[in-house]
Amino acid sequence: MSEIKLLKTIKELPPDDKYEFAPGHRLCAGCAIPILVKITLKVIPDPKVIVNATGCLEVATTIYPYTSWNVPWVHNAFENAAATASGIEAAFKIFEKKYGKKKPHIIVFAGDGGTFDIGIQALSGALERGHDFVYICYDNNAYMNTGIQRSSATPRGARTTTSPAGEVIPGKPERSKDLIAIAVAHGIEYAATANPAYPIDLANKLIKADAVEGPAVIHYFSPCPTGWYFDPSLSIKIAKLAVETGVWPLYEVENGKYKINSPSLKYLKSPKPLEEYLKLQGRFKHLLKPENKWMLDLYKQDIEYQWTLLKRLTGIG
Amino acid sequence: MKVVKMKRIGLTGDSAVAFAAKQANVDVISAYPITPQTIIVEVLSEFVHNGELDAAFIPVESEHSALSAAVGASLAGARVFTATASQGLALMYEILYIAASLRAPIVMALGNRAFSAPINIHCSHDDAYAARDTGWIQLFSENPQEAYDLTLQAFKIAEDKRVLLPTIVNLDGFIVTHCFEGLDVFEDDEVPNFLPPREPVYQIDPDNPITYGPLAFFDYYMEIKRQQAEAIKNSYPVIKEVLNEFSKFSGRTYTPIKTYGMEDAEVAIVVLGSTAGTARYVAKELRKEGKKVGVVSLVVYRPFPVDELVDILKSVKVAAVLDRSYSFGSPGGQLYMDISAALYNESERPLLFNVIYGLGGRDMTISNLKSIFEKALEYAEKGKIEKKELWVGVRE
Amino acid sequence: MSKKLKNWKEIPIAGLITEPASSWNYKTGNWRALKPILDQSKCIKCLLCWVYCPEPAVRRHEDNSVEIDYDFCKGCGICASECPVKAITMVPEGGE
Repeated sequence: MSEIKLLKTIKELPPDDKYEFAPGHRLCAGCAIPILVKITLKVIPDPKVIVNATGCLEVATTIYPYTSWNVPWVHNAFENAAATASGIEAAFKIFEKKYGKKKPHIIVFAGDGGTFDIGIQALSGALERGHDFVYICYDNNAYMNTGIQRSSATPRGARTTTSPAGEVIPGKPERSKDLIAIAVAHGIEYAATANPAYPIDLANKLIKADAVEGPAVIHYFSPCPTGWYFDPSLSIKIAKLAVETGVWPLYEVENGKYKINSPSLKYLKSPKPLEEYLKLQGRFKHLLKPENKWMLDLYKQDIEYQWTLLKRLTGIG
Repeated sequence: MKVVKMKRIGLTGDSAVAFAAKQANVDVISAYPITPQTIIVEVLSEFVHNGELDAAFIPVESEHSALSAAVGASLAGARVFTATASQGLALMYEILYIAASLRAPIVMALGNRAFSAPINIHCSHDDAYAARDTGWIQLFSENPQEAYDLTLQAFKIAEDKRVLLPTIVNLDGFIVTHCFEGLDVFEDDEVPNFLPPREPVYQIDPDNPITYGPLAFFDYYMEIKRQQAEAIKNSYPVIKEVLNEFSKFSGRTYTPIKTYGMEDAEVAIVVLGSTAGTARYVAKELRKEGKKVGVVSLVVYRPFPVDELVDILKSVKVAAVLDRSYSFGSPGGQLYMDISAALYNESERPLLFNVIYGLGGRDMTISNLKSIFEKALEYAEKGKIEKKELWVGVRE
Repeated sequence: MSKKLKNWKEIPIAGLITEPASSWNYKTGNWRALKPILDQSKCIKCLLCWVYCPEPAVRRHEDNSVEIDYDFCKGCGICASECPVKAITMVPEGGE
């Protein structure tokens, strides 16, 4: 990717002379989603169009007649953000060809619900067809907007309302899907994980994703005070611990080449124990009980597995 | 307006629809193949790949995505076309409501086909009826010529600034979709004289940022729906205007309701789609025998032309309402329920009975239609309906 | 916060919201139970609070100093938690 300007410091992030994302939305106090949105709208240049799947972001920012958006914004349904974006992209591509109209940057925001589960088909189709957009999945590890139900992004062992911490089954019995692997399987040029505790890394990944002529996928770790049961002030700390304990690998895949980013390389050198991450969140409290150690061990194995894969793919040890 | 340059070419119903979409200079085609509409999609992709049509053809991975992408493209201001049938329509069902509610002018060709199970690829009106509550305008074609003509008119209706509603053009599966006929089509350069490019009212425009598809709570949802109800009612005069304009343009007359023999009919058949043609033939034969029979077929199904239908049927003694579908557990077939509701409060109205026919491509024969007319005349004579629901052509 | 509700003739078609960023009129500041107080003398203008504030309710000035916008601050406390020099303290809204 040539000729793109990456950022080194927070100060380089554009100031707020024009608020393309306004406050007054009803996202929970301490939600990490708007942190993503703010940065995205700052670093991806105008003209822009947002396509938003049903979910926390969509609902909380567009309660009629209030909208937090100062950019064109489209919500269609839950599972079809990628398909809707495909239609918009195709229209603007043909306008450019037929009438010389400028094509806007198309950004899709969807939760893990609207991406991993009900939205997987539309995403797969859009990636396969190679539409030019940036697809950003904000992953708060469950269907949060409807009241904390499990998704296929929910980590093993986590407590949700449809995978409760019961006496027989303590939390979600299944491991979570690997979204980046699914995206990369479509042969797209750029896919990356991101995290709010590393805002410059996030900004640069967005810049790279936008520079691709074709689809790019960003998988963003989004701590949720309401659904993960923690004090809202801890969102960034928990996001950081996710990287430091190996739960959330920070990496990017450019044209099939995997690269682990330095915060995760730091984890590989000196990992923090998983318990430091778990103990701050009510959704994992039950896993620290001795009778549930088997479930915790399975979760640890999942984390181990994802690192074995990543190490193999990057040629590290 | 003078009648314009035309030529005669042979086309099937499907190809005719694709040809019309090409001449309409669509911007975006978003469709998924399903029998009996596959030829529409294939012909259009040929046009695009050969450079005959400058459009984006999105080979979507399902019908749900087909309509989703169509909505996106339409909101972006494009002229959009899609097509489906049966299960495909059922799959995109939730988006049908969204497309209409977001006032996205999309034209959809629907190759009327039966719903599963069991799976059946032939003609029923299940899919057309399934869309009747969604807020889409619905037109019915009877033959490939009408399929071609109505597709062009559909774009003009849907995109009219006073309408802005997605529109379905129905074609009977296999009967119209695959029927090969000599059609009178316009020369390419004449079409823009009837159908100029789309001029969007609202569109995705970074210089004028709009929020499409917000969440509306109980404090606003109902007002938004009330407004939408008014919109589809107000579309009716525009539809008539467009049909009228097209009639002058082409020399082929289009009206929302087609009537035959209704000036003095004692009994009538009310029907949608291609069976109207056969019904008219049978009516003509019966009239030779002095029987006063008539045929009413709806070209415009939604918005339902209540006033005109009431007027046409008021002096008739008995009307047989034909439904090529069945609404299980309902008080009657879908068109039967529509007409009953339209006529109920009228002081002058016919007795009605419902005929279920042609399901899954079951042939509707001349003798079937003859027996329906005879039944209607019998009921007219007796002054009462003995059997409210009649299944014709099925082995009992 | 109570505005007169419009009737169906007064609103744009299709439920569209044609006034961009109208949420500026919905002041979420009354959600707070805790309120952040910034000690400007300690502030090193690192802009971390500005980048992390979800609303956003931290206003960045030209010289990179910041100011809390109490109209919108929900009192989540991320700014206080992340400030590297502990220039922000969370106090109960409305005093002790």
